[in-house]
This record gives sequence, C-alpha cells and structure tokens, in this order.
Amino acid sequence: METLEEIRRAGNTELKAAAKETYKYGWVTDIESDSAPPGLNEEIIHWISAKKKEPEWLLEWRLKAFEYWKSLLEKEQLPEWANIHYPPIDYQKIIYYSAPKPKKQLESLDEVDPDLLATYEKLGIPLQEQKQLAGVAVDAIFDSVSVITTFKEELGKRGVIFCSFSEAVQNYPELIKQYLGSVVPYSDNFYAALNSAVFSDGSFCYVPKGVRCPYELTTYFRINAANTGQFERTLIIADESAYVSYLEGCSAPMRDENQLHAAIVELVTLDNAEIKYSTIQNWYPGDENGKGGIYNFVTKRGKCEGKNSKISWTQVETGAAITWKYPSVILQGDSSIGEFYSVALTKGYQQADTGSKMTHIGKNTRSTIISKTISAGHGQGTYRGLVKVMPKAENSWNFTQCDSLLIGDQCGAHTAPYVEVRNNSSHLEHEAFTSRVDEDQLFYCNQRGISTEDAHSLIINGFCKEVFKQLPFEFAVEATRLLEVNLEGSVG
Amino acid sequence: MLEIRNLHAAVNGLEILKGIDLKVGPGEVHAIMGPNGSGKSTMAHVLAGKPTYSVTSGEALLDGENLLDMLPEFRARSGLFLSFQHPTEIPGVKLNQFLRAGLNALRKTRNEEEIDVLSFNKLLKSKVAMVGLDPDLAKRNVNEGFSGGERKRNEILQMAVLEPKLAVLDEPDSGLDIDAVRSVSEGINRLRTSSNSTILITHYQRILDYVVPDVVHVLVGGRIVKSGDKLLAMEIEANGYDKFE
Repeated sequence: METLEEIRRAGNTELKAAAKETYKYGWVTDIESDSAPPGLNEEIIHWISAKKKEPEWLLEWRLKAFEYWKSLLEKEQLPEWANIHYPPIDYQKIIYYSAPKPKKQLESLDEVDPDLLATYEKLGIPLQEQKQLAGVAVDAIFDSVSVITTFKEELGKRGVIFCSFSEAVQNYPELIKQYLGSVVPYSDNFYAALNSAVFSDGSFCYVPKGVRCPYELTTYFRINAANTGQFERTLIIADESAYVSYLEGCSAPMRDENQLHAAIVELVTLDNAEIKYSTIQNWYPGDENGKGGIYNFVTKRGKCEGKNSKISWTQVETGAAITWKYPSVILQGDSSIGEFYSVALTKGYQQADTGSKMTHIGKNTRSTIISKTISAGHGQGTYRGLVKVMPKAENSWNFTQCDSLLIGDQCGAHTAPYVEVRNNSSHLEHEAFTSRVDEDQLFYCNQRGISTEDAHSLIINGFCKEVFKQLPFEFAVEATRLLEVNLEGSVG
Repeated sequence: MLEIRNLHAAVNGLEILKGIDLKVGPGEVHAIMGPNGSGKSTMAHVLAGKPTYSVTSGEALLDGENLLDMLPEFRARSGLFLSFQHPTEIPGVKLNQFLRAGLNALRKTRNEEEIDVLSFNKLLKSKVAMVGLDPDLAKRNVNEGFSGGERKRNEILQMAVLEPKLAVLDEPDSGLDIDAVRSVSEGINRLRTSSNSTILITHYQRILDYVVPDVVHVLVGGRIVKSGDKLLAMEIEANGYDKFE
C-alpha cells in the first residue's frame, strides 16, 4: 500500500521539476560595453576617475581608500567574523568598471538605448514615465553607471535632487564633499575601503528643508557584464523636517562564476527629518548545487544627526549566494529613532549573515530591530546585531526581536545578538524564537483544502507580516510574490 | 455516503484502530462514544489523513472514492471536514485570509470561480452571525488568543463556510460550559441538511441532548463494540464504559 508520505513525495518531485528554474531574471542583455581591463591598481583608479571627469579631491580620496584597502589585503585583515564560508576572492580577476557604450550624450529618455529600455521593461521596471507606477521615480543603474533617472523635472520643482552619483559630483560638489564618507568612512571595513576606491556610480538624493518628497524614489541595480563587480554608492540627505521614502531593487544574470557586489549606502537626517529606506534584494543566488551567484557584501548606515529625526531600514533579502550586510543607525540627535525590519530567506546553498547595529548617543533615543530569518534547503541564516548605548544616551530604549523559521532539516538558523550598555537609565528588551514550520499547522491548512505549498506560503507570510507591513504597498505585494517564487520547489 | 471497511491504523508501530466498520448515510448523525484512549480521535485523524498515523489495511469510501488513497487536501476537497479538538494557531495569518484560501481551493476543485475578497467577507459575516461569534474574530490571526469556546465555535464557523458533505467533529464539546455546548450544538444543527452527514465524537452524553444522533456507536480498544440508538448513550452516561471493556 502506498503511504501518504510516498504520495506526497511523488507529487513534490513533479513540483520540483516544474519549479527548477525559479530565477526569472537570469538572462543577459547583449550590449556593447566600455570596460576597464580586469585587476585593481592605482592606474585603474585614475582611469575611473578620469572617465568620470572627477575633481582632484575625489581622486585623492579614492587613492587614500585604495592604499588603506591594499594594506588590509596585505595584512590579510579581511572580515572573518561572519558566519559565512567562501573561497578567497581574486581581486585581480575582477573588472571594476563596465558601462554600456552610449551612442551619444543623453538629453532625454528618447535617446536611451532601446536595448536598455527593453532590459528594464523586461525586469518590470518600465522607464517611460507614462508607463511608470504612479508616484515612483526611478534611477536605473546598469553595471557601473546610471542609465537614466526619471521624474527629475517634477522633483526639481520642489527642490528635491535625485540623480546619479556621477552627476551629483559634477553639479553639487559641495554636498558631496560635505557628506561623502561622513557616515561610512573609507576606513570602516575592507569592503567599504574597496568601494570607496573604485565606486563607479549610484544614486544621490537631497530633500530640502520642510519638503515631503512626493514620489517614492527607486534605484534599480542590474549587473549585466560578466566578471564584473558592482560598486555603487548611495547618499541620501534629508534636511530639517524633510521626508523621503526610498526603495532599491536588484537582479543579475545567471552565471557560473561568483560576482561581487560591494555597495555603500549613507543616509543623513537633520532635525525632525525622516528617511525610510527599503530594499528588495533579488540577486542571482547561484544554482541548486550552490554554483555561481552574487556575493552581496554591503555596508549600509544612517546617521540621525538632528534631534527627533528618524531612519528606518526595511529589507527583504531573497537572492545572492552570500549576503553580508548590517544596515545600521547612529542615533546622535536627542530623541532620534532608528528602525530595522528584515526578512532574510536562504535556500539552496545560500548564506546570509545580516542584522543591524544601533548606536545610541543622544538622550531619549529609541531603536527597534525586527529580524525574520527563514532557512530552507541547505540555507544558512544568521542574525547578527549590536545594540550599543553610550554613557550620555539617557533614557534610551531598544526592542529587539529575532525570529527564525526552519523548513526541512538540512538548513540552519543562528543568532548572535550583542548588547553593550554604558548607561543605567536605558531600557532594552530582547525576544527570540526559532521554530519549524509546524506539522500541525500544515495539517490544519491541508484539512481545509489548502495545498502544502500554499500552506507554507501562508505560514511564511504570516511569519514575515511585521516586516512586510513596513514596505510601501506595491512593494509589499512584490515581496510576498518574490518569497513565493523563491520557495517553490524548496518545501515539502 | 461514507463506508469504512475493516480499518486498521497504527502510530509508531502501535496498532490503535483494530478493524473499524462503519456506514453513515446521507443526512445522518452518528455519535461515536468511548473511554479515553479507545481510538476515537485517531479515527478522526486517520480519516482526514494526518501523516503521523499509518493505515495498515482497510478502506474508507466517501461516495465511492477511497479517502485513504488521497492527500489530506484532496480529502478536504472531496467534501470531508474535520473539526479539531485542539485547533492550532497560525501566527500572522488572518482567519479570513486562511478560510478564503480554503474555500477557493474547494471551489477550484468544483470548477467554480475564485471568490474575491469583498464577496468572501460578506459571506463570512453572515456565517459569523449564524454561529454567534464576535465579527472581529475574522480579522484576528487564526486561533491566536482565542478562548477555548471561541476556538470550538471557530471550527463550526469554518464548517459553515466550507459546507462539507461529511463533517467529523472531534469532541466539539470538550472543555465547554453548558451555554457554550448549547451554542455550538445550535450551530451544528443549523448546518444539518438531508444530504450531508455528521460523525460526532464525544465523551459525554450531554451534547447529544442538543444534537440528536440517529445512531450511537461505542468504540473500545480500537473496535466498535456496540451500536444502538440514543438510549445507548443514556445507558453509558448512567453506567460508564466498564461493561464494554
């Protein structure tokens, strides 16, 4: 007699076969590109800086970063504390700059290479303004450069600057000089130093005093070229009482070689300002045997410089072979607020070591960390967090909750929460639990007619709800769908 | 409607059901009574396909189709409903979302269109009123923070929405005070039609005052040892199960 387990297994094999190709963004755009030769040395940095027609001070800053990075590499001072495993990266094999060859100087969207427009259209990010989601402005980054930024004019009317980083260097050098590296200095860590030396483009946003940015700002990162690293920087400044909601998305072709993405994001809020930063990360995760995929080694940090200001990070990390990132907040202004909401899914052979660092400096500062780690297949997920309360941060408050959900018995979930308190008027709370998708819950769903796959999806979405509800509506729908697609074939 | 033939089932190699035979016709209510550990709940779970139990022999035909060959979700889609004795919580999943997913799975099997959120909420509202639940419950997470009585009534609510051919109610009265038993019973009675059937599992005769069974079976040691009418339940209430063991 066929047992239920056998019936279930037979069904799953079919499902798995059908769902084998779950990464939908794995194609390559055939486009002529202008690339640097592989490898990294001072010459390359000069070359990139010249390509971007950068001022002298910026070149010098890059070179200092490069010197520092080289010294770390020579002393083998690579960050090794994370719970991730990968063979050493040969930094001389990576191409540090690759850009689609422009046919001529772009004046408007009509002049963007149709191949590039088609690429973004296929990714579900139409760049033609009439096709855009209402109220969403996009900066499209292709390999090392920004292709186009939409809705610039409308934003400009309100004094909001939203453009590529290269453009900002040309047009707003004072702002760049003032804030570049002010939150993440080039000496922050190995990958931050590397990025500071070779970064090619990224997004820049400045919201002036008292302005609530009327659009959701979006940067969409696409890695296309082979053997190329993507090193972009994002800098967002919200002046006094300003507000902006920002979202980044990303994808890459399926390749057998690992590709490096080492980005930096810096956020600054002045008095009473607020930045809401959301990420939907869907880099190519590698194949079912763990071959290929993006190394996502990213430094993201915000500084609540002004009083009553607020920085909120929300991330949904579903892609990348390895994710190493800790979006953090420095709570410098009195009564400032830092938040971190995260869903990190690892399946196949993916590894994620992610979490947040909240540094309380000002009085009455508050921070919240909600982390949801989901591991399936052979996936390994680690939550790593630090709540640091400085002596003058009186009456500061933190709530941390880090939950893990395991699907199957080959995966792992780990938590490494650190707390450092140098003030006794502060209040810290910590909650954590690890659970498996419960047999009773699955059976309950099945008994109501719901298939096991749909039941997993219901249960997992329920598990992530606190995080998803932080996302702008359209993106919450996207995140839910992305989790479903990513879990196809890895449950049961 | 339902025909169980020589059903044997085990958990961890230990045989619990030792040859059950049972026939339930359309519109009938059958009560299954028995002492603790006699296999009542096992029988309910085996019919619904809980993976912990393995069926060693026998069959259970619902309108001619053998339930035991199907995955639990297909049994549900064929019209089998189990009211759980201890319904589980599903954190973060709202009751209306959960139940709509279930109803749509059933509708899909019947080649009907999916019901949209608005129509579903309307339907749910009318059913909630029928079983006498707090309407806000539908917006709460499945069973999370529900009282014992709310959980039981929530099972009846789900039955009202899914409209099964055969409902297996596993101790819908356990842990309830007399008023709650009455209200759960009213719900069950309201859902009875001439075409659907009910298997009501209980320890106590009490609920049978409200939900009057056509047949009462006594289950002891994994076998049905006696069947009779409502008087049999009264006899058990007076004398216990001793003489059957």
